[in-house]
Amino acid sequence: MNLSLGPLLYYWSREDTLAFYAEAANWPVARVYLGESVCSRRHLLRLPDWLALAEQLAAAGKDVVLSSQTLVESESDLKALRRMIGDGRFMVEANEWGAVRLLSGTGVPFVAGHTLNIYNPETLDVLAGLGAQRWLPPVEMSRVALMSILAGAPAGMETEVFAYGRLPLAYSARCFTARHYNLPKDDCQFRCLDHPDGMQLSTREGEPFLTLNGIQTQSAGVYNLIGELPSLRELNIASLRLSPQSRHMGRVVEAFRAALAGEPAAADALVRIMPGPAVDGYWHGRAGLENSLAQNA
Amino acid sequence: MPLDLVCPAGSLMSLKAAIDNGADAVYMGFRDNTNARAFPGLNFDETQAAEGLRYAHDRGRRVLLALNTYPQADTWARWTGAIDRAAKLGMDAVILADAGLMRYAVKQHPALRLHLSVQGSATSYEAVNFYREHFGVQRAVLPRVLSLPQVENVVKHTDVEIELFGFGGLCVMVEGRCLLSSYCTGESPNSAGVCSPPKAVRWTDTAVGLESRLNGVLLDRYGKDEKAGYPTLCKGRFEVSGETYYALEEPTSLNTLDLLPEMLKMGIAAIKIEGRQRSPAYVAQVTKVWRAAIDAVKKNAEGFKPTPAWQAELNKLSEGQSHTLGAYHRPWK
Repeated sequence: MNLSLGPLLYYWSREDTLAFYAEAANWPVARVYLGESVCSRRHLLRLPDWLALAEQLAAAGKDVVLSSQTLVESESDLKALRRMIGDGRFMVEANEWGAVRLLSGTGVPFVAGHTLNIYNPETLDVLAGLGAQRWLPPVEMSRVALMSILAGAPAGMETEVFAYGRLPLAYSARCFTARHYNLPKDDCQFRCLDHPDGMQLSTREGEPFLTLNGIQTQSAGVYNLIGELPSLRELNIASLRLSPQSRHMGRVVEAFRAALAGEPAAADALVRIMPGPAVDGYWHGRAGLENSLAQNA
Repeated sequence: MPLDLVCPAGSLMSLKAAIDNGADAVYMGFRDNTNARAFPGLNFDETQAAEGLRYAHDRGRRVLLALNTYPQADTWARWTGAIDRAAKLGMDAVILADAGLMRYAVKQHPALRLHLSVQGSATSYEAVNFYREHFGVQRAVLPRVLSLPQVENVVKHTDVEIELFGFGGLCVMVEGRCLLSSYCTGESPNSAGVCSPPKAVRWTDTAVGLESRLNGVLLDRYGKDEKAGYPTLCKGRFEVSGETYYALEEPTSLNTLDLLPEMLKMGIAAIKIEGRQRSPAYVAQVTKVWRAAIDAVKKNAEGFKPTPAWQAELNKLSEGQSHTLGAYHRPWK
């Protein structure tokens, strides 16, 4: 079982983004997902920039995967998608079925992302037949449900599980960050840049609940499966996806590396640098915001 | 036939109300979590479904069956069983979201007509055409996220008939790509066929107002003069940076009457009315208004204007007594 660095879901300045990946080149991750998968208006890095980064990270020994846009709405979104797939140098993660159509025509293997909604082995088999080599279950999937799928999974299919970070829960045509600032989406003034880990949404009694990240809504709680490594190993999971946060990401990766190496203090070290409360309800077949450790305590 | 009127049938009574008031087709679900309105007391067993089909077919109308949740691995047979029953009953089409289930349907029942559910989250013609090529899907229901010009672009680049939501509850998120409900309650439309499930809802009268909670999470608090609506998660009031407001969406309904001439012109095949969970009386009233409006726009698209009476009738039935054009109208975004 190795580690993947998931696509950057937030919008950071060009300098911060480049600095982040310069560091990531030295982290113990086997695979790095690159590209803007949330909002087509975010443009500080364009495809040639991402491809240059991809070359650098590949030279540093990383497997590089380009992550496609999750919500494709316009003809220009499709053009961007075709350009990314057409480059052909790197594997692509398909995050909606239009990308699956385009990728299946190339004959090049691809990654089936968690928003493709793969809930059963038959759908996974459809994707395997089209060229998927690796897949991610929906983030809401429990260990038990995943076990049922893997019992019937096509041979050779690699499974990657979203194992750390705020959970990407929903996508909209509406930008909730722009809405907060009373700005129209088409003139959002790129306010996402001011919120490198999104904007926290709390209930009216001050309980952190969700995170607004442009058109994407995330959990406020930080999904954390560092305590579940034995069950993940038992399922023969190929990789754990760690989702980027603006601070301490190198230490997050290090904590998972240490945990995989069997170092007992790793989980505690991680809790101290998480940007929100830990949640793991989904893995246990419960509401996503629940935390099994808190309940046992 | 352009602009078919497709109405919700949560029960036999609603089905008859829709047919009697001019629906061209109705959509229904079986009584389990194979469809995205898996609410207690709703939907059809096999006998009722057969009766509904008879009622509709006798009057020259069609019945579509929603099997639009994602089959779970350990209960796969429930979904394939539902496909088999749909074929046996003579459903005019099944509305599916899952690729694996489509493959099963095509293989076992090649004559069964397939529609792509809104839960399939197909927002581009590339995605729509994927389902056409691989499973022969004949109609796709588009998520409520595209602007009208974007819808038109899809229509221009596919042979698949396009169905749009016209009226009723408004999902602010891309359908099929929203897990807010399971994050809060453990059950989502994808996996359990419910959003903000009634069994997780608690109302409490407190000193600071009437509170609605979903699995303990405070969704909203209402003052004395405020009307409380069903606590759908995305329509609660929350705090962001010290401001309390409808951070995701107001309690409001989608109403696209104004857009009918454009929809007709761009070749939209069908208009869908949301609301299988609503009463037969609601279905009757909404169907009646939309039948009149669609007949009017077909007769005279240039001169079409929704009458104040139609709008008043629909507003009365809308969530929060207000309506929006949603994403079809760009400024909503």
